[in-house]
Amino acid sequence: MSWIRKVFLFYYDGFCNMTVGKSLWVIILIKLFILFVILRLFFFPDVLKKNFDNDAARSEYVIDELTNPK
Amino acid sequence: MLQNIDMSLVDWSRGQFALTAMYHWLFVPLTLGLSFIVAIMESIYVRTGDPEWKKITKFWMTIFGINFAIGVATGIILEFEFGTNWSKYSWFVGDIFGAPLAIEGIMAFFMESTFIAIMFFGWNKVSRKFHLASTWLTAIGANLSALWILVANAWMQNPVGMHFNPDTARNEMSSFWEVLFSMSAVNKFLHTISAAYILAAIVVVGISAWYLLRNRHIVFAKRSIVVASVFGLIGILNTIGTGDNSAREIAKEQPMKFAAMEALYDGKTHAGLVAAGALKGENKESEIRQRDFIFKLEIPSALSYIVHLSPEGFVPGINDLIYGNTRRGILSFEEKADRGLVAINALRDLKKAKDNDPEKYAELRAQFENPEWVNTYFKYFGYGYFKAHEPAKIIPNVAISFYSFHTMVGLGFFFVLLMFFSLIWSINNKITQRRWFLYVLVWSIPLAYFAHEAGWVLAEMGRQPWIIQDILPTMAAVTNLTSATVQVTFWLFTIVFTALLIAELKIIFKQINLGPKDGGQ
Repeated sequence: MSWIRKVFLFYYDGFCNMTVGKSLWVIILIKLFILFVILRLFFFPDVLKKNFDNDAARSEYVIDELTNPK
Repeated sequence: MLQNIDMSLVDWSRGQFALTAMYHWLFVPLTLGLSFIVAIMESIYVRTGDPEWKKITKFWMTIFGINFAIGVATGIILEFEFGTNWSKYSWFVGDIFGAPLAIEGIMAFFMESTFIAIMFFGWNKVSRKFHLASTWLTAIGANLSALWILVANAWMQNPVGMHFNPDTARNEMSSFWEVLFSMSAVNKFLHTISAAYILAAIVVVGISAWYLLRNRHIVFAKRSIVVASVFGLIGILNTIGTGDNSAREIAKEQPMKFAAMEALYDGKTHAGLVAAGALKGENKESEIRQRDFIFKLEIPSALSYIVHLSPEGFVPGINDLIYGNTRRGILSFEEKADRGLVAINALRDLKKAKDNDPEKYAELRAQFENPEWVNTYFKYFGYGYFKAHEPAKIIPNVAISFYSFHTMVGLGFFFVLLMFFSLIWSINNKITQRRWFLYVLVWSIPLAYFAHEAGWVLAEMGRQPWIIQDILPTMAAVTNLTSATVQVTFWLFTIVFTALLIAELKIIFKQINLGPKDGGQ
């Protein structure tokens, strides 16, 4: 338990005593929000996962596309 | 076969990928190189106990941290793009891309995120040696992360260690070690990381030179220059060596890219290396839109020597690769397109036969398992898409390939001189007397980034029209979206990345202006 506490305090003190790091963390969090919440959810779906239920259907689609490009 | 593909969609999708990859690459090389420079500086501190070295280490560690924080996760977008814009490609490459990227993710998470915390939070909390070990492990972890993505990229340039499964339309890894240790992967990794070391060295000497010009932090700046110059000199010599190996590998596996890099149209023995030159516009009357030289400075027989280690070696030109050269055993574009079409038709027929003609299916399936058939036909799968198209379609943009290659190489040799003189003049304590040289060092920082981006332009545009060399053309790999959708995300990325870049520059400039703090605690 004391080992876990030590690790927690190590990180806790580290984050509390940051100077430049605080602005960097703000930038990181905003960036991750834009990437994973806005871009990933609204603009970057996994097309094959979204449009097909299983791998067999995905394979069939890709073979059709590769052998008859539209 | 490509008549119905929306070229505007392909261009926007490529543009978007290029934009994100190039922005991502603004952050990566500094992380790779600076992590080692910081580790070396800290090693000197631990060995000598001199607080000045601690001050030096902590300052460059802060610059490393800013760059790392701003750049982290910018590469994730490339993975989003694989699933959305390049879904057919993502499916086609199967686990070959997935395995290295998964290892990269695990490496990055466990090694970098664990040890980077000790690096920044651990001063005075863990022992000096443990802290130093964490700094080294962060550097090694960052560089190993780069290994996996570069292996994946090298596989696209030279697909080896795989087997195509025609039932699933996926490539399956047959040998992890062949993928990892192919000469393309080894050279790409070593060439890219050593180039990153030069960039980081130039950033360190450039910023230190700026301090010397302002007569600030003199000891700090001089010591930083010495460490970075030695590191940069080793990096540039390694870059030249691995670049030489890479060129030989490209000549073997991607001869069209190699010919375009040198704007070599007619193959020859005793081929000269163009040291510098300028190209004329495209000759519209020529079937392959040939470009001639306005002028060129050539090193006689050097190109043959680079490729074959002998001036007698034959280096094929673009014409040989388009029209074939039976004497040299080079297949023509037409022949490759015919063979590729056989493979494409076999895949189509196999799918049709799967449910209603078991005999035909078994016969076709056996072809895909037959190494001779694979080597004769499937090897040229991608060329089948260009059947009945003008041969110019399989030639990369010669001007871009030529200028990006010569820019990268020219700047590389300039960096040799830069690192050499900054080391010599620092050691004999004359660097502060040569203010012009200090200005050159400062202004070399953007040149280092320019050289890096030129290298990527050559690697990626020089291999067009292929997304996977000879097997899958870029045009056939793109997802059927509307080009308007891709344009929206292109501009969104431009805004997000530009904002990140401005944030990085603002924070870094502020830190540089503040300068190193006392590090004696």
